Amino acid sequence: MPIASLDTTAKRWVLSVQEYALLTARALLNVFRRPFYWSDIVFQADYIGIGSLPIVILTGFFTGGVLALNSASTLAQFGATAVTGQLVSLSMIKELGPVLTSLMVSGRNASGMTSELGSMIVTEQVDAMRALGTDPMKKLVMPRIVATVCMMFFLTIVSDAIGTLGGAFVSGILLGQNTSQYFHTAYQTLRYPDVLEGLIKPVIFGFIIATIGCFFGMKTRGGTQGVGRSTTQAVVVASVLIIATDFFISQVVISIFGR
Amino acid sequence: MSTATHPLSEAAASAEEPMVVFNHVSIGFDGKPVLKDISFELRHGETRILLGPAGVGKSVLLKLTNGLLMPDSGCISVFGKDLCHMKERDLFSLRGEIGTVFQEGALFDSMNVRDNVAFRLMEEHLPDEEIDRRVEEALRFVELEHTMKKLPSELSGGMRRRVAIARAIVTEPKLLLYDSPTGGLDPITSTTIIELVIKQRDASKTSSLVVTHRLQDAFMMATHRYDAQCKCIQPMPKGQTDPNTSFLVLHDGQLVFDGTTEELVRSDDPFLRDYLR
Repeated sequence: MPIASLDTTAKRWVLSVQEYALLTARALLNVFRRPFYWSDIVFQADYIGIGSLPIVILTGFFTGGVLALNSASTLAQFGATAVTGQLVSLSMIKELGPVLTSLMVSGRNASGMTSELGSMIVTEQVDAMRALGTDPMKKLVMPRIVATVCMMFFLTIVSDAIGTLGGAFVSGILLGQNTSQYFHTAYQTLRYPDVLEGLIKPVIFGFIIATIGCFFGMKTRGGTQGVGRSTTQAVVVASVLIIATDFFISQVVISIFGR
Repeated sequence: MSTATHPLSEAAASAEEPMVVFNHVSIGFDGKPVLKDISFELRHGETRILLGPAGVGKSVLLKLTNGLLMPDSGCISVFGKDLCHMKERDLFSLRGEIGTVFQEGALFDSMNVRDNVAFRLMEEHLPDEEIDRRVEEALRFVELEHTMKKLPSELSGGMRRRVAIARAIVTEPKLLLYDSPTGGLDPITSTTIIELVIKQRDASKTSSLVVTHRLQDAFMMATHRYDAQCKCIQPMPKGQTDPNTSFLVLHDGQLVFDGTTEELVRSDDPFLRDYLR
């Protein structure tokens, strides 16, 4: 690859990071500026939160179930099937609940945000909004960020709960284990840092999903093909960032709380 | 006495003050110049028709006028305010006083006609009754009051442009910007749209900047007027043109003509003669 094109690519990357940082900063500042667009926030919260509930419930249930199934067969080799609940609840609450819920919401909503905003950009609707004296960053971006952050928090709690229930269903009904023992070990093993970690992650992941979705939507160029390209990029970047950020949050929590 | 005369003299001064001033404005994209050293004025109650071949930068010039783009050099003043030194927040409130009709209408496709036209009024949190009254008035002006509940996708291209005009005039702006309002329309629909532009010009005397590449639309605007008595568009007496309508012509990113209809048709400039032929 010629040096010049490497140089151009690097500049484009740095410019994109700068634009993303600016969009994020403006969106955060807009949370504290009038007007607030409450009705848009409620509409987005309904679309993102209630709309994502079925996929989050299904994903949570089957993830908890498969965790119980796999861990029970491994633990049986050591005669430790009694701690299946412990393994399922820790995995769900610390890792899988937040990450899988975020990936599901990212696939559904980051793509939705990008394609919606991207279509508005290519059909000059965003310019029309600016020409009518309305800030699209406030009217379109801010409500999506606030709604996604709030809804991700609750969706993850639902996913954790349903995942633990899924594990209980598999270990109790399919594997014939003691269900009360399952719930007892699942509860007993949890400490505040685990719960804290499980609740910090969805807030940060929600922020990533919404800002990435809006960023790629707002920088869409090149007609319908451009909208498709931006949508794919948004889902890929949001998913990779979620998994990478998950690692760093876990690292920080372990270094602070020791677990 | 002085307090009684002061507002009058202020009003007279503001009527004299140009609505839009372009002062040596240049802009380019990706290192390629699009507009070079553009200077012109748009006065109160005046209509300026911006002509030029496709891709010459006419739409860019309109976007510069309402601050959607900022020039690389030179300065633009709208209502006496220098756009280049305004904060984004102040630009939004300034744009509230400017009505813009976009090339393809740019209606919000997820909102019905009523909400599209009422967008600005809803942002100002006006009472619903007031909004409905003004939306109906604006839609009656473009003869589309029966389409309130329809979505833009259910309208024809010409109807969408008319809704876009209704949306632009509903707030009674001081300045109207039309970006190729007849682009891509058939001749009959184009005439309907131009008649609406003439009607708006003569009924409300709003200053406007009209971008077009269709000479027949431009000359129809210069040679016709709205007759309030018969509520129709009438040709002006032979040899007469609207005194408040004048022309700007762009070529190769530069302003090659700024003058009246008569000056334009009598110009000896080879490009203009070729363009008008």
